[in-house]
Amino acid sequence: MTGNEQDAEDVVQESFLRAYRQLGKFDERASFGTWLYRIATNCSLDLVRSRKRRSENLAPADPEMEDPIVSLPSGDPTPERHAMSGEIRERVAEAMNELSATERTAFVLRHFEGMCIEDVSRVLECHPGAAKHSVFRAVQKLRRALEPLVSSAK
Amino acid sequence: MNHLSEEQLILHYYGEEGDSATRSDSLSAEAHLEECEECRSLYGSLQRVLNVVDSLPVPLRGAEYGGQVWKRIEDRLPRRRRIFGISGPLPAPWRWAAASAAFAMLLVGAFLAGRFYPPARKPVELAIAGSGSDSQTGERILLVAVGDYLERSQMVLIELANANPKASLDISSEQERAADLVSESRLYRQTAAHTGNTEVASVLDDLDRVLMEISHAPSRLSPEELEKMRQRLEAEGILFKIRVLGSNVRNQEEPASGNAPATARQKL
Repeated sequence: MTGNEQDAEDVVQESFLRAYRQLGKFDERASFGTWLYRIATNCSLDLVRSRKRRSENLAPADPEMEDPIVSLPSGDPTPERHAMSGEIRERVAEAMNELSATERTAFVLRHFEGMCIEDVSRVLECHPGAAKHSVFRAVQKLRRALEPLVSSAK
Repeated sequence: MNHLSEEQLILHYYGEEGDSATRSDSLSAEAHLEECEECRSLYGSLQRVLNVVDSLPVPLRGAEYGGQVWKRIEDRLPRRRRIFGISGPLPAPWRWAAASAAFAMLLVGAFLAGRFYPPARKPVELAIAGSGSDSQTGERILLVAVGDYLERSQMVLIELANANPKASLDISSEQERAADLVSESRLYRQTAAHTGNTEVASVLDDLDRVLMEISHAPSRLSPEELEKMRQRLEAEGILFKIRVLGSNVRNQEEPASGNAPATARQKL
């Protein structure tokens, strides 16, 4: 959701701090996990909004940082593969960056966290139909952005 | 032939089969994909795009990560109001309740002194618990006991949460400790209820349910059963709640321990 590891670490810490402060407000009938996800989502959205206000780039710009895709173990570590994985990573990050904050959050929860639409809507505090449409829009945008890359890589 | 919409393909990819209508939709989507080359090609393209998104690595964290985060944030946590004590001016209707609670706490404190202190020291401890600073002494004893109780409960839960068996796992030792903790918790829950501390009572209730579940589970768990149990622990957020409550109790213990009877600390 935040697009970089350090920000994600900050969000984790801030989420638990907020959860601690708001523990008294937790409704025992609700799922604790969903409640915690909601706090983490709000923290992520706050961070993304404040970053947007400061007009900072979402993608990590530190050239010293290790490329996570390149660092993945591979049976074929050719220079072409490195270049390709670097490009893919960059394009995926760009495409994710093009999503609105709500679309990105809905997509991350559905796609990476494996939450059902119902739970995504609880975390986002919206109607399931709205959560579903956020996921749709996110996938459609990603598809439009990444399809040429996927076709050329086939 | 009606083709599948992009939205239907996305739902099919994620297997969103919440109700019977969607399930039949999913079956018909499957059948349609078998027959329709055009939709199959679209679906294939969707799968490839989403697989590419999957190639973005998610940084993994080990089992000790929770503890590391806790250490990082612990110092930044605000100190909460006294848990078992009631400080500051109270609204009139609460005064009688507070007086009753203090009395109940004194009784429980005296009981705990008898239960947890070495027999040879029992008369001394009971004498202290029954002296002029009754409620404070009872409170200190109770805080120490609850803090200790939470730590022991946390150890049982962490052992289960971090176990990574290849085959079935024998949890009889954890079950035995969980059963002991359940029988011990009744007193603390009653005390918390008497003092009107719903936060403590609620966490102890949750913990009690989890420990009961562990103590009544089969003594050998398959990796799948263990994973299910872990997921339930996670969904309850019980480890986090224990850490929060444990931190509060420790915060209350520290100022109190300065003038606590030495034997109370020695017990731990």
